[in-house]
Amino acid sequence: MHSVPTPPVATIETRGLIRRFDRREALSGVDLTVAPGDCLAVFGPNGAGKTTLLRVLAGLLDPSGGTASVAGVSLPGGVSARAQVGLISHHTMLYPALTARENVEFAARLHGLASPRVSAESALARLGVMDRADSPVRVLSRGLQQRVSIARAFVHAPRVVLLDEPYTGLDAVGAAALSDALAELKSDGAALILVTHHLDEGLVLATYVAVMREGRFVRYDRRDAIDAATFSAEYRALVGAVA
Amino acid sequence: MGAIAGTERSPRLDASGGLLFGGGPEGDAARGAALRQLSRPFGWLAWVAVVAFIGDCVRIAYFTPIEASQGPAQKIFYIHVPAAITALYLAFALMAVASVLYLWLRDPKLDRVAECAAEVGLAFTTIVLVTGPLWAKPVWGTWWSGDARLTSTLFLWLIILAYLILRQAVEDRAQRARYSAVLAILAGLLIPFIHLSVYLFRTLHPQPIVLKPSAPSLPSEMLTTLMISFATFVLLFVALLRARYRLATIADLVEDGASSGRAD
Amino acid sequence: MTPPAVTPGVLAAAWTIARKDLTVELRTRAAFLSAAVFTVLAAAIFLYTWDPTAVAAIDLAPGVLWVIFTFSGLLGLNRSFGAELADRAIDGLLIAPISREAVFLGKALANLIFVLGVQVVAIPIVVLFYNLSLGWGAVAAIAGVAVLAATGMVAVGTLFSAMAVNTRLAELLLPVLALPFFVPVVTAAAQATVLVVNGRPLSGALDWIRLLVAFDLVFVAACTVAYPFTIER
Repeated sequence: MHSVPTPPVATIETRGLIRRFDRREALSGVDLTVAPGDCLAVFGPNGAGKTTLLRVLAGLLDPSGGTASVAGVSLPGGVSARAQVGLISHHTMLYPALTARENVEFAARLHGLASPRVSAESALARLGVMDRADSPVRVLSRGLQQRVSIARAFVHAPRVVLLDEPYTGLDAVGAAALSDALAELKSDGAALILVTHHLDEGLVLATYVAVMREGRFVRYDRRDAIDAATFSAEYRALVGAVA
Repeated sequence: MGAIAGTERSPRLDASGGLLFGGGPEGDAARGAALRQLSRPFGWLAWVAVVAFIGDCVRIAYFTPIEASQGPAQKIFYIHVPAAITALYLAFALMAVASVLYLWLRDPKLDRVAECAAEVGLAFTTIVLVTGPLWAKPVWGTWWSGDARLTSTLFLWLIILAYLILRQAVEDRAQRARYSAVLAILAGLLIPFIHLSVYLFRTLHPQPIVLKPSAPSLPSEMLTTLMISFATFVLLFVALLRARYRLATIADLVEDGASSGRAD
Repeated sequence: MTPPAVTPGVLAAAWTIARKDLTVELRTRAAFLSAAVFTVLAAAIFLYTWDPTAVAAIDLAPGVLWVIFTFSGLLGLNRSFGAELADRAIDGLLIAPISREAVFLGKALANLIFVLGVQVVAIPIVVLFYNLSLGWGAVAAIAGVAVLAATGMVAVGTLFSAMAVNTRLAELLLPVLALPFFVPVVTAAAQATVLVVNGRPLSGALDWIRLLVAFDLVFVAACTVAYPFTIER
């Protein structure tokens, strides 16, 4: 169906990755390779298995079959694998009663950073929310909360960045701040997987593009092999049956 | 091919542990055959147990001498004690052991065994809790004497109820199995503490001294009846457990059949 | 620009989580206030259903103290994992490079401090309402019993709170699961307290103290080991 492009060094790699829930198979053999500085954009309709893929790579779920490795640690990899990962999910993972600074600093302490406060402040500054650092997250707008949540995920400069619809709820300023932060992580050699069903925002950062349906990739290619103008129609044809 | 994965791709073991269901029409046929095979959960063993139980009652009533000091009320002993021992050392122990094994092997069948042992155990502890006061009233003059073993049984009964309520409250099958296994194992650790605290409590608060017949000192006819009763209760336990396990297997198969039509 | 990072040890991570929980509680004060108010209300209700001519205060007070303590403890435990679910903050703990055991110990430690804080309110209230005259030695003995009892109850309660919040019954389930486990603890603590308020030395309650210590050892260990099994993986 498609050949898997293989960069020389892999930060994220899966072969025949399977994840089963009770009676349902959410991932049915996923092969992917993401090298340092690369970004894989994964498109697909709801229920295609995109979120499950990220949760397996983040160490929240164990693989049921196949192999997966993250930053050189094969999964399930425990603490050493999780230390390398930053995850942005549908949920902010923030405590509403704590301030933005306290939330990010808490994450920095969990990652064992030497100076959690300094790291937290620089992460907040990078996302442009340093001026709201002492506001409780509860009073911040949805967009600002999302930015604090991104600062939380990036505070330990992860080598592996997993993003589940990260642009949801962001205004133009927030989206630009996120894109800058992602570009910076990319140029520092982090490996990114960006999951979304918005084609245009995914194509901007991507070096590889995959289309997911019913637990597997139905299209997987280099970004430069894809024509942004016709991709939308192609995508609809690929997922149309269930979209 | 609307329904992906799920039941078609992951074969399930049937109750007897042998058959594997394939996909498509053969899978449905196999499931149907298994359902037919299981549709009479009360097999021959249940009938044997029922006949044995009737025989046991007849022996207790007509062929066992009446105890001198307690009178006919003492005959409750032959029901009460075997039920208590079966509930604690068979039902509850099986529930805890199956739960440990489940967390280790993650085999859904072990979860089913634990669930069935809990339900049958609930029935047996209920017998203990009903017969205990019925025995105590004529003999000790009070329904609830605070007897250490009976009080421990009350808490065992409450824990099994909590276990079954927990199972009702969890939708996802794997999550339900994990949670209930954790509860069952902790409950196994709790029982000695409950017994110890009830025992210490009683030694601090003296109760009327009552002689309770203990098995070794029984006259041989009474001892024989006790042993027969005990065997009957073990048989009843095994028969009920088997029937309940078959029902649980059917319920899972029906649920699988219902959900295989849904794509997720 | 990669900051130097050494993944924190179990105790360091647990303390970080406990401190975070206590900070949240200090900010909102919701749970502590309701537990404290509950304590005063419950003590008052017991006081006005009490016939002083029939039962001596000294006989009733230990039971009242431990019944109040049991139920106010449940109020605090319920909130423990509920707060983690709102924005799936629990995921943030689970993807952090710390062990599941550290997550459990951190939550349990915060709960222990919370429950002991409630106890600091409950003991004086009961002493005041029932007009008990206790020396400092007796107060210290009761405090010691309270710490022993709270440790075991919090271990079990924290684990069941983690499970209960993920069920359909949510916080309604916690008392059903936890109360049978509180029985030996409350029995032992109340009996030991009876001796103390009657002016007898705690050494008379050695069996009860042993039971409490054994319960703590068994259930802190068992619940710490069991917690990772409750998490989907």
